[in-house]
Amino acid sequence: MNSPEYELYQGYLRQKRKERIAVMLTQFIIVIGLIAAWEFAGRMNKIDTLLFSYPSKILRLLYDRLLEGTLLNHVGVTLAETSVGFLLGTVCGTALAAAIWWFRFLSKVLDPFLVVLNSMPKVALGPLIIVAIGPNVVSVIATALAVTVIITTLVVHSSFREVDESYIKVVRIFGATRADVFRKVILPASFPTIVSTLKVNVGLAWIGVVVGEFLVSKQGLGYLIIYGFQVFNFTLVIGSLFIIAIAATLMYQAVAVLEKKLIGHRQN
Amino acid sequence: MAEPLLEMKNVSHVYVNDKGAALAVDQFSLTMQSGEFVSLVGPSGCGKTTVLSIIAGLLKPVAGEVKIDGKPVSQPSGEVGYMLQQDYLFPWRTIMENATIGLELTGKRSPEREKYVLRLLLEMGLGNHIHALPHQLSGGMRQRVALVRTLATEPNLLLLDEPFSALDYQTKMQLEDLVWQTLRDRNKTVLLVTHDIAEAIAMSDRVIVMGRNPGRIRHQVDIPEAIRETTPFHAREKSGFHELFHQIWKYLEESTSEGARP
Repeated sequence: MNSPEYELYQGYLRQKRKERIAVMLTQFIIVIGLIAAWEFAGRMNKIDTLLFSYPSKILRLLYDRLLEGTLLNHVGVTLAETSVGFLLGTVCGTALAAAIWWFRFLSKVLDPFLVVLNSMPKVALGPLIIVAIGPNVVSVIATALAVTVIITTLVVHSSFREVDESYIKVVRIFGATRADVFRKVILPASFPTIVSTLKVNVGLAWIGVVVGEFLVSKQGLGYLIIYGFQVFNFTLVIGSLFIIAIAATLMYQAVAVLEKKLIGHRQN
Repeated sequence: MAEPLLEMKNVSHVYVNDKGAALAVDQFSLTMQSGEFVSLVGPSGCGKTTVLSIIAGLLKPVAGEVKIDGKPVSQPSGEVGYMLQQDYLFPWRTIMENATIGLELTGKRSPEREKYVLRLLLEMGLGNHIHALPHQLSGGMRQRVALVRTLATEPNLLLLDEPFSALDYQTKMQLEDLVWQTLRDRNKTVLLVTHDIAEAIAMSDRVIVMGRNPGRIRHQVDIPEAIRETTPFHAREKSGFHELFHQIWKYLEESTSEGARP
């Protein structure tokens, strides 16, 4: 009744599904195994629970803090700072790239400075940023901005420059001005790059925000980590790390979905 | 005789870069009457594309003058249409948006013009793809969209820079006929740059052979009426076609060896 091609195709799909299930199962076993071993080692005092804590203790602490209402507050502050940081970094970086594209002289002048700034670990600027801006949320965001803006500028500018000259020729024939070339060709052609820098900047902004919170903050997950460290509450440190891992992953996935929405239909 | 549509007198162009200055086009003169179809053939690097860029106003020649309709050319204006080797449709714009980008840029957008573009798209068999994105179309279809984009601003002079060279043979033959017929119906003046001698003979009224180092006109060949009046596909079967082919072939060989560096 069914054609042989159909049978082969079904077989292929079955094979694929089997493999996928096997991979997921293995991943699941690894996670559960590790957590169980950790829990066991903690309860049996095989590891120093003061330093390494154990899963149920961490969950209990997080649950208590959640009920107190303080945990969500910390998470909210950090998420807000990170979001503002990476959006601002992308926008400012793109604007700077546009300025450099527009003024070729400026691009030549700035080139060595950008290279130095790019090679530099930006979080090292943290203390300077704090004395300049003051010990507050703005400093944390500024640290995130410092981490993201230069690399965004470089990546977006090089994408501006990689736009095929022939596309520019197409609009120049119609008497396009430099502003037209930027609006109609350069910017839309680089849109996928700009959106993908958003994704990179999410990760970078987390670094900036956590370091910023280490240095100044009274709120946020970075603050919880440094506070837990100072009072030797490593359950709190690991719990905060755990939340950062989840929040950062979710944020990255959200941006990935956004990227797909924005440029998924586009192909060359 | 009526005033020529295009008049180029002793146009020379020198490219300057870090390596030095190179004379790309030397004393190039060309007069084209309205409605004429002229082809430029020549070895690579003979300055064919440079000549087109100068006419389009994209490049300012070092010497000489270029006049279109009696007015000197200073910058691109949308009065001259230009078709490139590839379609270069913007992947983020629909076919209709791609076809009307010239109207947007020249400020000529109006319901009548848009209707004109739509009619052209229908004529080219693209009616079902108006809202499609370029990647959904075949190479031949995309190049037809590029032709519509070029015609949208209704330029009198069209510059075609090897527009068929990136297509497969069959598509190229079909498109040659379509372009030839479309431009002829609208009495457009056309300057075609090509590597393909047969294409040049089949499509044009006159073929100009250029040599390189520096780029210079070597020969001009007028195409007899019998071939001129036939569609490019059938022109290839007309008597006299092969003789012309061999003549131009010989000219090209000469110009290539003359220009070769010692």
